[in-house]
This record gives sequence, C-alpha cells and structure tokens, in this order.
Amino acid sequence: MNKTYLIFKHEFVQAIKKPGFIVLTFIVPVLALLAIGVYELVTTLTEPSAKETTLVGYVDEVGIFNDQTDQGLIQLVPFVSRQEATQALVGGEISEYIIIPSNYVSSGTVQRFTLAKELIAPPITIHLIESFLRWNLLKEDVPTEIIASVVTPMNLEVTRLDENGDIAQEQGSIGNIIIPAIFSLLLSFALMVGANSLISGLGEERESRLIEVLFSSVSIRQLLIAKVLALGLAGLLQVLLWLISAPFLLDLASSSFGGFLRDVQLPGNFILLGIIYFILGYLLFALLSVTLGGISSNTSEAQNLSMFYIMMLFVPLWFFGVTINFPDSPIWVVLSIFPITAPVQTMVRLGVSDIPAWQIVTSIGVLVLSVVVGLSLSVRIFRMFMLMYGKRPTVKEIARGLKSS
Amino acid sequence: MSTVEVNHLYKSYADVTAVSDLSFTVHPGEILGLIGPNGAGKSSTIKIILDFMKPDSGEVKIFGQPMNEALKDQIGYLPEERGLYKRLTAIELILYLASLKGMDKTTAIEKADELLKQTGMLEYKNKKNKEMSKGMGQLIQFIITVIHDPDLIILDEPFSGLDPVRTEAVQKIISNLRDEGKAIILSTHQMNKVEELCDRLLMIHKGRTVLYGSLLETRSKFRRNSVQVTTDVELGELPGVIDSKPNNGSVELVLSPETSPQVLLDQLRDRGVPIHRFEITTPSLNEIFLNLVGADNE
Repeated sequence: MNKTYLIFKHEFVQAIKKPGFIVLTFIVPVLALLAIGVYELVTTLTEPSAKETTLVGYVDEVGIFNDQTDQGLIQLVPFVSRQEATQALVGGEISEYIIIPSNYVSSGTVQRFTLAKELIAPPITIHLIESFLRWNLLKEDVPTEIIASVVTPMNLEVTRLDENGDIAQEQGSIGNIIIPAIFSLLLSFALMVGANSLISGLGEERESRLIEVLFSSVSIRQLLIAKVLALGLAGLLQVLLWLISAPFLLDLASSSFGGFLRDVQLPGNFILLGIIYFILGYLLFALLSVTLGGISSNTSEAQNLSMFYIMMLFVPLWFFGVTINFPDSPIWVVLSIFPITAPVQTMVRLGVSDIPAWQIVTSIGVLVLSVVVGLSLSVRIFRMFMLMYGKRPTVKEIARGLKSS
Repeated sequence: MSTVEVNHLYKSYADVTAVSDLSFTVHPGEILGLIGPNGAGKSSTIKIILDFMKPDSGEVKIFGQPMNEALKDQIGYLPEERGLYKRLTAIELILYLASLKGMDKTTAIEKADELLKQTGMLEYKNKKNKEMSKGMGQLIQFIITVIHDPDLIILDEPFSGLDPVRTEAVQKIISNLRDEGKAIILSTHQMNKVEELCDRLLMIHKGRTVLYGSLLETRSKFRRNSVQVTTDVELGELPGVIDSKPNNGSVELVLSPETSPQVLLDQLRDRGVPIHRFEITTPSLNEIFLNLVGADNE
C-alpha cells in the first residue's frame, strides 16, 4: 500500500481521536448556543418589553406642548413645576423629566434630569422626545400628514441592481455578511488549530527521535505531505461540522437578535471560494508550521514563533467593522492578495462588497505560488535542520543551507 | 557484494569536522562494531548512511547502489535516543511502523507476537506506550527495527537501559540475525558487548578511523609481549623476562622483544615448574580504546 496513504490514514485517525480536537469541535457550537442564551438573558433582564412604556416627565414653561404625549415606548407626563417633577422622579413615578424653558423657541435648549448614571443620553428616548417637540411646535400651522413626514422623513427601501439594471439576486443586506463573517472566524480557528497540531505533532516526533525511525522508512516529502493533508482533512471536517450546526444556531439566534438574521444570504461563489481559500490557506499555514517545526529547537519555541503568522491571520477580523464602513479601501485589496491574510480577508470582503475578478484571481494565484514555493522550501529546510536538536539555526545558516542544497 | 560500502566520507558542520576520510564495509552475516568516544562522528556516519544528511564528499553504497527510497524496506534502524507515540498501544505502534516497511498486517501480527514473546513483552502488547517503562519502550523500538526482517540493521546503543535478562534476549536475537546472514552495524559504548557480538570493529575518533579490522587482528595488534602464569612456586629470575608483576593470583611476565612466549614456556617446563595456567596477555577492547583515545585526549 502507498506509504503516503498509510501515514495519511494514521495521522487523520489520530487527529480526530485527540481529546483536544473532539472538545474544540463540539465546544464551538456549544459556545454559540451559550452566547445566544446569555444575550437572551441580558436582554430580558435589562430591557423593558416592547409593550412596557417609560414615563418621562416634562415641565412646559412655553405652554404649547400638550399634544402627542404618547410616543410609543415613552409616555410624556406633564408637571406644573420643577419641584413637582423632581418629587415624582425621586419617588420613582417617572424615570426622568425635562424642562422646556420659556425661551425654548428662540434658544432650543431643553434641560433633562435623571437619576441614572449615563455616559450618553439613550438615543431612542431622545429621538422620541424630539418627535414630541416637533409635533407640538408644528401642530398649529402644518397639516398632520406633513408633520408625520417631518418627524419621520423617510422609510428607506434599498434595492440593488445588477449590471443589466435588473434587480440583483444578492441584495447586500446585513444578512449577506453573516455567513462570511462566521466562516472567516471558523476558518481562522481551523487554520490556527491545524498549524498548532502540526507543530506539536512534528515536535513530539523530533523530540522523541521517532522522526528518524520514520525517515528510515519513508521520504521527508511523503511524511510531510501525508501529515499536512491528514490534518487538513481533519480541519475541514471540523469546519463542516460547525457549518452544519450553523443553520440551527442562526435560526435560534434570529429570534433572539430581532429577526434580521432571517435575511441571511450566501454571497455568489461563496461555497466555491470558501473551499478554495480553506484548502490553500490551510496548505500555506501547514507549510509555515512545518518549516518552523524543522528549525525550532523545541515545540514550545515553534509555537511561540508561529504566533507571528497566526496573529496576522486575525488582522482582517480585527478590522471587520472598518471593512464594513469602508469596503473599497485599498488596504483590503492588499490584505486580500497578501497570502497570509488573503483567505480570511477575501471571505470577509465577499460579504461586504463585490470583489473584482482580477483581485480574486491575483489573490488565488499568489496563494498557489506561495504554496508551491513553500512546499519546496519547507521540505529542504526540514531536511537540513530536522536533526539539529536543541539548537535553532540562524537566518544566515538557513540562507547558506538553501543556497548549497 | 558488501551490504554497506563507505568510501572516503567527509562531513563538516560550520568549522567542526564530524567525519574525515572514513572508509569501511559491512558484509552480509557479520556484525561491525562502531565505537568511539562521544562526538567521535558515529551518529553523523549513521545518518549519512541512512541518507538523513548528505556528506560533503565521499560515497555510500547500500546493497551496491546509492541510498534510495526503494532500499528503505530492507533497512532497520534503531536510533540512540528513543521515543514512542504515547497514545498508541505497543502493538498499534509496531503494526503502523511495520506497514511503513511494506509488511502486510497478518504477517506483521505474527512476527510481532513472536518477537514480543522472545523479549518477554507479549503481556504488554496492548499497553499504551505512555504507561511503559523506558526499558520496555526500548524493547518495543528494537522489535520495530527488526520486525520486517531487514538485510541491513543499524543499532545505536541497543542495550542501554535494559536489564540483564532482556539484554540477553536482545543479544540472542542479534546473534541469530547475524547467523541468518544479516549485516549489522552496532554502535555502542559497551565494549564487552562488542567483544561478545562483533566480528569486526571500526573505532573512530574525531571523525577519523583509528582502528578497523577483525577483533582477533585488533587484539593481536595490541598484544603486549607478556604472559600470565599461574603456579604454586616462586619463579625467580628467568632469562628473557624483563619485568614481573603479580596479577590477581597469577603473575604477569613481561618479555624482552627477542623472547617469545614459546621460549619462556619451554624454559619453565625444562625447570619442572608446575604450571596451572599459561596465557598470552591480550588487552581488552576497553584497554585498547582507552589506550588509543585516552592518549589522544591527553
């Protein structure tokens, strides 16, 4: 039987039997469930229900603010004086009050009093108070329909068209980014776990000298290829299990997070590109890990050094919010082409905006090239330094070794 | 045809010479003892033979050809420092590594059971490696080294950490393998094992050959011109004897260069000296080793 296949089979079985792999596979959906539960709990405990209204007192020194006191989530309660309003606030009858001073129309100043310690005033409450003020300011001179339009000037409906001017299938709503965001996060985890598994596996074999026994049976290339593919398949399996649990979790989350998750959409080519970037990203990270495993004096040193590229892997996620606000920045283009950040950055961008075809082709091309060059370099470096126990070669030694090999 | 043929091997690391102009052969049905002090270049030599590293110059031929992947199934290698996959059982590890040597599962199971029995490890076959002692782990690795019936076996310190009973068992298996025609390279610091097992020896020091030949040749080459005599009487002065010193119930008589042991034996017989033992002094391998390496180290 083919030796590469034998090692592949052995490594795959050992990888999926590892307690760490099993725990991580199941803990991600469990943590997601937990997060939804915690969100529900916090929401229930801290937010009033939709039907519950907050009483906001007001003292009208102008004398025109007496209409539209029911603003849905808040109910405005008139008081004749500040003292009376303060008493009601302290007594818990109202949650806050405002004073509309007699010179309000000319100054625009309104005073707000509350017992709560706040950094900023609650936006919803302030918006509703502003509506109340607008209604009462305009009620004498403007028809009701116009006032309603002034208070809520638009109910925005966005429709995305394709190049032909027809309604695009992919509408680019918030639901569009959910799956790419989750996939990017899972991809980052899978690449990180895969890289660490390779480093610790090779480290164990080097430190125990089993690597010498293995190399007396198979070639370095056979061993490394089989290991990389086996751990890659294990990682892919893990991500697939996470993705299988995603619809259920999304459905659950949808009811918790206000329903907008019901609009979840898959960006075009997402599945195909997801698989391509997973495979290429995994191969690149595996080769980086193999190289580090070959030159490091021990496993923990290799793991410390691997933090360099693992941290870079997470860069697109750190700037996720900025990417949403500025989707066309050239920085994202660079990160989509730079091989270490390309897999996650491209997945993130797929959910945010359209990526020109040339950028995807360049990104995949650079990744493929990195993997091909990386394979050749990592095998050579591993061969040169795998038996150098307890000592890490210098950059100069590596360069000299590569030159002479 | 030699199983291993090494010609004028050189290998340096930065400014340290590990192997310098090393040449030797290993034939089928013989055990070559590879000895030398720490850092002599033994491990480097083995790693070059196995193609783990390339020599700076020189040539290695295994079974008459340069080392290649196809030859690996015919080689068994036991490294000096040993470890096992901790989560696997002994039999799982043996079968996995045997499969990498091209063995089918049924044959591997049969052979593994046979070797486990010979080494007294059969009852531990389903025990996880992490639960085994160092000695047990070494026996498992020894089994892995020979299970596929290789024609070339390279053993680096195979006896270290083994108790006398298991040392004996391993020694017996090694002897049997030699008798079956296998070529064996035995690298060890245990000189008594080299004396007991090896047909020829290669002593290297600072990467260079300091001794290479059969044990018999080596002993006679380093034989001092002296004899050990055990007798009940006082020998007194004897012609041709330049020194005498008591040695553990006997007396060692150092002869002048022109006097042979036979001449001395004739003299003693002519004098009617009752002789219980008359033996030409041969230095132990350990003495030769210390003599060669120790002198250089000083």
